[in-house]
Parts: sequence; structure tokens; C-alpha cells
Amino acid sequence: MLSELKLNTKANKVIIIKGLYKSFGDNHVLMDFDFELIKGESVVVLGKSGSGKSVLIKCIIGLIKPDRGSIHIFGHNIPDLDHDKLDQIRAKVGFLFQSNALYDSMTVRENLEFPLRRHWLEVSQKEVDNMVISALEDVGLAHTIDMMPVELSGGMRKRVALARTLILKPEIILYDEPTTGLDTITSKEIIELMVEIQQKYKTSSLIISHDMNCVRMASDRVVMLIDGKCYASGTFNEIKQSVDPKVKLFFE
Amino acid sequence: MSLKSDLKSFLTLNGELFRFTMRFFSHGLNSPFEFSEFLKQCYVIGYKSLPLIGLTAFIMGLVLTMQLRPSMADYGVETQLPAIVAIAVIREVGPVITALIFAGKIGSSIGAELGSMKVTEQIDAMEVSGTNPFRYLVATRVLACTLMLPILVMLGDAISLYGAYLGVNIHTNTSFTLYWTQVFDNLTFGDVLPAFTKSFFFGFAVGIIGCYKGYTSSKGTEGVGRSANSAVVVSSVIIFVIDLLAVQVTDILNY
Repeated sequence: MLSELKLNTKANKVIIIKGLYKSFGDNHVLMDFDFELIKGESVVVLGKSGSGKSVLIKCIIGLIKPDRGSIHIFGHNIPDLDHDKLDQIRAKVGFLFQSNALYDSMTVRENLEFPLRRHWLEVSQKEVDNMVISALEDVGLAHTIDMMPVELSGGMRKRVALARTLILKPEIILYDEPTTGLDTITSKEIIELMVEIQQKYKTSSLIISHDMNCVRMASDRVVMLIDGKCYASGTFNEIKQSVDPKVKLFFE
Repeated sequence: MSLKSDLKSFLTLNGELFRFTMRFFSHGLNSPFEFSEFLKQCYVIGYKSLPLIGLTAFIMGLVLTMQLRPSMADYGVETQLPAIVAIAVIREVGPVITALIFAGKIGSSIGAELGSMKVTEQIDAMEVSGTNPFRYLVATRVLACTLMLPILVMLGDAISLYGAYLGVNIHTNTSFTLYWTQVFDNLTFGDVLPAFTKSFFFGFAVGIIGCYKGYTSSKGTEGVGRSANSAVVVSSVIIFVIDLLAVQVTDILNY
């Protein structure tokens, strides 16, 4: 009870979204979406393809500007921030892209060094090397440091992308469909790695997914994104036992 | 109806390209400038294009000489062959052909590279990493194209004139010194300067159009292919438009 009260204080809410609205022409993707992410919590946003999950996560990181509504991260409203301030917030928020988004023309080492060099200007080469190796060890791929992304398998690329996300030691990690395109075994490994990282670094996680294994294994709470709104919210078991026909569809 | 929609898409393309160009001037060159990426692009765009430009320039000089010889011989001015070839190559053929080859090689590669980066979310990843992708990807490539093409044109002209020297010597025996004396005696400052100046504009056009097409590429692999293709087509057309304008300006300035 005490911990629940502690969790609900405003200071512990790292992301607060209110009345988020985004449309593309006549396609109304997000319609007054409300959401909160509490420090240390892992939330999965579940919705069918085209429901606006990726739009939501890109609005949060500032890649897409919402039509209206507020997205507060660490107390700063993202749509109102200038580029410099947004970069400061982004340094605390990791983003794992659906397609991994590794730079093809760079080695694994250069891929990991890239955000480090951009955000932490005063860091020495020795520190950079240590941080790159440490991040790769976290995902079990230290031996790939001088390889090109094209030489890696799909699962390895996802791990390297996760290492790149981790290198700035973010307080929040946003995962956009982390298991898409992976086989069942590799998906399970990636989900286990995500859980392990969250426990090790005490990060808050927002995971966009429609993979039920991911929802079951990685979520403290599940938010259903249906018709552009937060349709339902609860633990995996609570959502699974829901009698609402729209929610039940996901578990059939 | 089709003509109306074609006209609308043509005007839209022009408007968006103009805005993209204005963005380059207003934001692309702001501090911090990505100098190491710019140097890398100079190497890729300039140095790595030299073999192709050199080969085509050599063949162009040789063929042009061989094609001109019979007509000049008919008029009895065969001895003026080095002068005519030099003026043609320096004033027009060299810059335009080099720019077209450059558009084919560099314009398509920039369009495809940025298009594929867009499709695979690498540009978004760059932005999330605290980097301005426009400054990092577009400004460096456009500037490298603008500065490298004039250098390639100069080198291409020199190689082309060497090819012409070999062409002249197929039927006559002209010494190397005499050939170059004839070339330089007939070239004026007014031949070199406008051609050199317009090659900066050609380079800028190839860079900005390649970047625009790649940066605004639609989703999917088909979009990447279309970006690469239209980068070459549009920049080739623009090269001829710039050439036409350059001739008019040169004419007005009495060069």
C-alpha cells in the first residue's frame, strides 16, 4: 500500500501524456490519448497494426509533432522544447528502433561511439572504448566490436542496437516492436535481455508491441491502444481476463 | 485532368526543392559544422569519382578530335584542330559531360544512400542521437559536391586535351610542345572563367537534388530506387537549364 502511494506521487512519474491528438489527413491516429509511466516501471502498449503505436512512441521522443496535447518527460513538455533542450532530454531517453537503425556505413564500434560523441563532448577515447566494450558485454556481443552491421544476424543486430541505446545510460528506454522479424527463440532471448537490463540499470521501459510473449514476460502493466485512446490498462492477467470483446480479441 | 495534375506535381516539386535549398542556406551551414564528415564526403565524391571522370574525359577528347578532323580538313583548317578542340572542351563539352557523369554516379548514390537511411530509420536514429541529420548528411554532401565538381572538371579537361593530343597525332606528327602552345594561345580568360564558374552551380545542383530526393524518399525499397533514379534525371535536366542560363549570362557580360 505504501509502495503504491509512493509510486503515484508526481515526482515518480517520468512520462505524463495528456490529451494527445495526432492525425494524418483524415486518418485520426491518436485521439485524446492519456498515459503515465512511473519510474522503474515497464509498460507495454498493446494494439493492432496501424493503431498508432509507433506514432505514439515517435511523438514521445519528439520525432513527430502532435496536433495537440502534452507529453511531459522529467517535467518538460516535449512539443514545446527547442532543439538543444530536446537533445538534453533525448540523452536520458533511449530508443530502440523497430528496424534497429544501425548505421550501415559504420562498424559496431562506430555505431556505439556515435551517440556518445554527440552527447558527451568531454569524454576521452579511453573512456569511450571502455563504455563501448561494457555496453557490448551487457548484450553478450563484445566480439563483434569491429564487424559491420551487414555481417550480423537479425538477433545480433537487435542486441547491438540495444547496446547503442544503453551506452548513454538512459533513465527511460522506449522499445518500438523489439521482437518484430525475429524467430521465437531469438525473440525470447531479446525479451529476457530487456528484462535483465531493466533490473540491472533500474530503467523505466515503454514497450510497443503486439507480441503476446513480449507482453507477458516484459510488462508490469499493459495499456491497450484501441481507437486512438487508452482503452484499458492493468496487469497482464487483469487484461487477459477482461470480458470486453475488443480486448478479448487480442488473446484469442 | 492529367495535364493539370502533372503541372501541380511539377510546381509542388519545384516549391519543395526551393524550400529544401533555402533550408540548406539557413540551417545547413550553421555551427557546429561537421568537418570530418565533409572531408570524408570530399574523398568519396571527389577522389573516388576521378577514375570514371578521367576515363570518359580521355575518350571524349580523343573521339571529338577524330570526329572534327574530316570536316576541318575539308575546309583546309586542319592545323587549327588543337585550338578548336580546346575551346569546345574547355567552354562546353568538358563541364557539361563531366557534370552529367557526376550526376549519374554521385547523384544516384546520394539519392539511394539517404533514401535507404530514411527507410531504415537511420535518419531518425541520428536525430535521437543528438545529431542534426540535415547538417550531418545534407550540408556536408552538398558542399562536397559543390567544391569537388569544379576540380573534377579541371582535371577532366586536362585529361581530355591529352586525349585530343593523341587524336591529333593519329594522322599528323605534332609535337607535345607545339600542341599545347596551340591550345593555350587560343584560349582566353573568358573561355576558362565562365566554364569554371558554372561547374560550381552544376555541383551544387547535383548535390542538393540528390539529397532532396533521398531525404524525402517515400517508404519502401521501391521508393529508394525511385529516389536514385529521379535524382539523376532531375539533376541532368537542371544541368542543361543552368548551362543555358550560363550562356545567356556570359553573352550579356561579353565573355
